Amino acid sequence: MLPIIFVLPLIQLIILSNAATFDVKNIKFGYIDKDHSTTSRALIEKFKGSTYFNLITDFPSQTLANQAVLKGEIDVVLEVPSYFERDFLKEKNASLGLTINAIDGAAAGLENVYITQIINSFNMNLKVDVTHFSDRQHSSTQITTIPLFWYNKSLNYKTYMVPGILVLLVTMITLFLSGMNIVREKEIGTLEQINVTPIKKSQFIIGKLFPFWVIGLGILTVGLLISKIIFNVPMVGSLLLMYFYTTIYILVVLGIGLFISNFTDTQQQAMFIAWFFMVIFILMSGLFTPIESMPKWAQTITDFNPIKYFVEVMRMVMLKGSGFIDILPQLIKTLLFAIVMNGLAVWSYKKTT
Amino acid sequence: MSISIVNVSKSYNKVNALKNISFDVKPGELFGLIGPDGAGKTTLFRILTTLLVANEGVVKVAGFDVVTDYKNIRKCVGYMPGKFSLYQDLTVEENLMFFATIFGTTIEENYDLIKEIYIQIAPFKDRRAGKLSGGMKQKLALCCALIHKPKVLFLDEPTTGVDPVSRKEFWEMLKRLQDKNITILVSTPYMDEAALCDRIALIQDGNILEVDTPKAIVKHYTKQIYNVSANNMYQLINYLKEYPFSHSVYPFGEFVHYTDTRTNFNSNELKTYLRSKDLSNLKIDKTIATIEDTFMELAK
Repeated sequence: MLPIIFVLPLIQLIILSNAATFDVKNIKFGYIDKDHSTTSRALIEKFKGSTYFNLITDFPSQTLANQAVLKGEIDVVLEVPSYFERDFLKEKNASLGLTINAIDGAAAGLENVYITQIINSFNMNLKVDVTHFSDRQHSSTQITTIPLFWYNKSLNYKTYMVPGILVLLVTMITLFLSGMNIVREKEIGTLEQINVTPIKKSQFIIGKLFPFWVIGLGILTVGLLISKIIFNVPMVGSLLLMYFYTTIYILVVLGIGLFISNFTDTQQQAMFIAWFFMVIFILMSGLFTPIESMPKWAQTITDFNPIKYFVEVMRMVMLKGSGFIDILPQLIKTLLFAIVMNGLAVWSYKKTT
Repeated sequence: MSISIVNVSKSYNKVNALKNISFDVKPGELFGLIGPDGAGKTTLFRILTTLLVANEGVVKVAGFDVVTDYKNIRKCVGYMPGKFSLYQDLTVEENLMFFATIFGTTIEENYDLIKEIYIQIAPFKDRRAGKLSGGMKQKLALCCALIHKPKVLFLDEPTTGVDPVSRKEFWEMLKRLQDKNITILVSTPYMDEAALCDRIALIQDGNILEVDTPKAIVKHYTKQIYNVSANNMYQLINYLKEYPFSHSVYPFGEFVHYTDTRTNFNSNELKTYLRSKDLSNLKIDKTIATIEDTFMELAK
């Protein structure tokens, strides 16, 4: 069992961190060039040069392009209308048609941004070219933004994902193991034998949960090692602080697990309930979707999600180097959860049936 | 009184598991609770071991009330549930050590009590409990239940699923424990084990049918029982049941136990009747009543 507990989550960490990227790559791109001019060809060359797009197909008509989108062969169709170059040069205003397959909404949004960026930069260059030939007085002013990405300079998604996934693994393992544990004793009957002994509730519960607390910290350690060695995730903050927060955080999870254990009779029931909470906790943790973009009521729910705080703290400490004072709000809330959950768990654990 | 049960009732939803049960167990007694599966034996055990609270009635174990003084009871009773309930992934020795520690004692302290039993499983002390044979498991469970020198020992169907030799050994061990001033309440569905108890209570469908010594219980049975056998057991039972004067008919080993409603029963008459039904190899002999016969009669 122990090798399984350690090896499987770490495989997960390695696979998920490499695969769960927000970048959209390998966009299947098609175009309809009705203009056949130097400008339109130059624009399409821009797309061919980009690493985000591949499988660039030229469609003779809109109908054929639509069919290809319908079949899923093409994600994006760019239509260059007739007289594009003429309109552009003469009226300094031309339009392009863009069709994006939005079955995957998130990907479609990103594709739109990429394409707009390419067209914008093309536009700039062209304007410069154009202004060479036209009146100097008309040269347009340009505003350029130069973004600086703090704490993750190259916007490396792994730097962002690895701490989050590590949080999931620590949580899942400790929740499932603790949720399953006392139920298992109920199932095999040892609990009945234990209940007839003078052992105190608190002694029994501490005895049951302490090993999982150690295992949780063990997984954190191995996970951090992998983050450093394989993913080279920066660890700016204090490791000690990270461990200190995790020790309290695991208490919350163990409390939840024990609470589930008390109200179920079989491992199957416990598994299902643990899984139910896990899914809600994960999807509402801000790990995959930003909490800021959730509706107000959902944001209120996330305030009661311990994973949210753990993800925040991990990212803050690892990437930003936050200190004790910075994570104090999260720490206090987590501590509060730990007290409440374990209090409930001990209270609801009965030595009689 | 070591155990006193007064007017205890317990129901699960709509099922009445125990119906107004009362009996006492004297100190140092080996008391048997005899009844078929589903009679309410385990429910009663769980009430006595403070795992379950009765709907009605007063129960005292070793002088403590099971509801208000359950903490003291847990210190001074040993309980061996019907299902093997030790940690299967701990070794024999580890299990014993674990339970000794929980009760705040050590193996050495009460070793003399378990010595005779433990010696038999000692060769396997490094084996995991889950890998032991049925009889070995029972011995280990008994050791664990005895490790804190309990005043009262509860054994719920300790010999169910155990081979006949181990069963016999197990009962010999109980007899020896009794000499060490331990009150033992044991439940069993086997009627032959009942005779080994000091006193027994017959229980069925949550009712106590009779409480007495095995000998006295047998004496309650006044009818003469006949062992009947023939070449076809199944037909024999059917025809005996059809016989107008039959009082009770049920199989008992290789024979059928038969009682007649008349006092002036003539075995030849029955033989003639059975012969007329094409049965051969007929044998009809008198026999003495056993606890099983009594139980069947009372449970009627």
